Amino acid sequence: MKIVECKKVCKSFGDSQVLHDIDLSINTGEVVVVLGPSGSGKSTLLRCINVLETITSGDLLVDGKSVVDPGTDLRHIRQEAGMVFQQFNLFPQMTALENVAFGPRKVRGTDKKEASDQAMELLTKVGLAERAHYHPSQLSGGQQQRVAIARALAVKPKLMLFDEPTSALDPELKGEVLSVMRSLAEEGMTMIVVSHEIRFALNVGNRLIFMDNGSVVHDGDPRELYENPPTERLRDFLHAIQ
Amino acid sequence: MDFQYEFVLSTLPQLMQGVKLTIHITVYGLLGGMALGVLTGLILAYRIPVLNYVGAVYVWIIRGTPIVVQAMFVYFALPLAMGIRMTGVYAAILVLAINAGAYIAEIVRGAVLSINKGYVDAGLALGLSRFQVTRYIVGPLAFRRMIPPLGNQFIIGLKDTSLFIVIGVGELTRQGQEIMASSFRALEVWTAVALIYLVLTTVLALSLRWLERRMKII
Repeated sequence: MKIVECKKVCKSFGDSQVLHDIDLSINTGEVVVVLGPSGSGKSTLLRCINVLETITSGDLLVDGKSVVDPGTDLRHIRQEAGMVFQQFNLFPQMTALENVAFGPRKVRGTDKKEASDQAMELLTKVGLAERAHYHPSQLSGGQQQRVAIARALAVKPKLMLFDEPTSALDPELKGEVLSVMRSLAEEGMTMIVVSHEIRFALNVGNRLIFMDNGSVVHDGDPRELYENPPTERLRDFLHAIQ
Repeated sequence: MDFQYEFVLSTLPQLMQGVKLTIHITVYGLLGGMALGVLTGLILAYRIPVLNYVGAVYVWIIRGTPIVVQAMFVYFALPLAMGIRMTGVYAAILVLAINAGAYIAEIVRGAVLSINKGYVDAGLALGLSRFQVTRYIVGPLAFRRMIPPLGNQFIIGLKDTSLFIVIGVGELTRQGQEIMASSFRALEVWTAVALIYLVLTTVLALSLRWLERRMKII
């Protein structure tokens, strides 16, 4: 079943076109890793999927609902597509637990006690139960990112979008975030991950997309693309990020 | 120099009448100013079509003219121009609210714009509405940044009530002026009046400090 469907999606910021006629569909259960040089449009594509950016032309369907259809409730799309950011963006005035419980309380109308219990379960799942009452500023980057993953999961999305989730982390903190993402993938969550973690792409991903200059250049099996890059461009890029 | 403490004590009841009125005008004026300022500040920060321009013109006019002239205009000119008449105290509250509102609007606008857009993205990505993001995320963060400049503005507002002497409102400065006129004891009167203002502004400044500490994020 298609969860995301891009049909000739174009996106421009003023005069500069960032996405060129993207045609792409992603099925339920897929773990798609998106690679590409900076400025290739990877993050913009993710932001278009949960409508943090509005596409300029074409059509984009999430869970069967078009982002350009005026009848679509954009909040519904955003609830179905959880997002994890490079800079975590945890709400600094709330504790870890409050951050995670916040979405369900405000978006799904879950009562305080129930939202809190659910949040605690999710924090346990990402290994941070004992840090539930800490504020973001008291947590390491890796811990903040794991809380951010729990926060996104709390609204029970059908799809998770990761925008360079480990790029802001020290090398030794990347592992804890990647292992949480790995177990999420093993549970069958549909994931689109913009990342240069090639090992994650090879071991966890079941589809690799290479973007360059706002277009999808390659789309295929991670191991095949990695072992036999069809173009010079991809070979150079893979070489550069190792 | 002959400073008569007994004279100061004898004037206190009348000065306290003035203090009451000063506090009355300050509290209602600044409450009005906050309401007007938060509304205008949000309109300016989010660039709401049309209202955006109304807000900018409001801030432009009020910041560009002296509060004494605004007070005279409301109290003396409005009755002639539009037949709107009000007591001096109402005029004072209205002028203080409109005046402080323009400055508070800029404080609010600045604070809202200073909040990292990443928090807005995170809120929207959870499925919150724009209003919820403002109410629960941007608002509380921006409010913390506003406390120091708001404290400044509140103190200015409190002291500005002394200018309503020009429309005959019996606030603290006016009471001092009246005692002066009948006793000619300038030294005692203005020392007492100045000290009372200092006490009022100190209480206000300390309360805001307390609020700032209480709202501090760990």
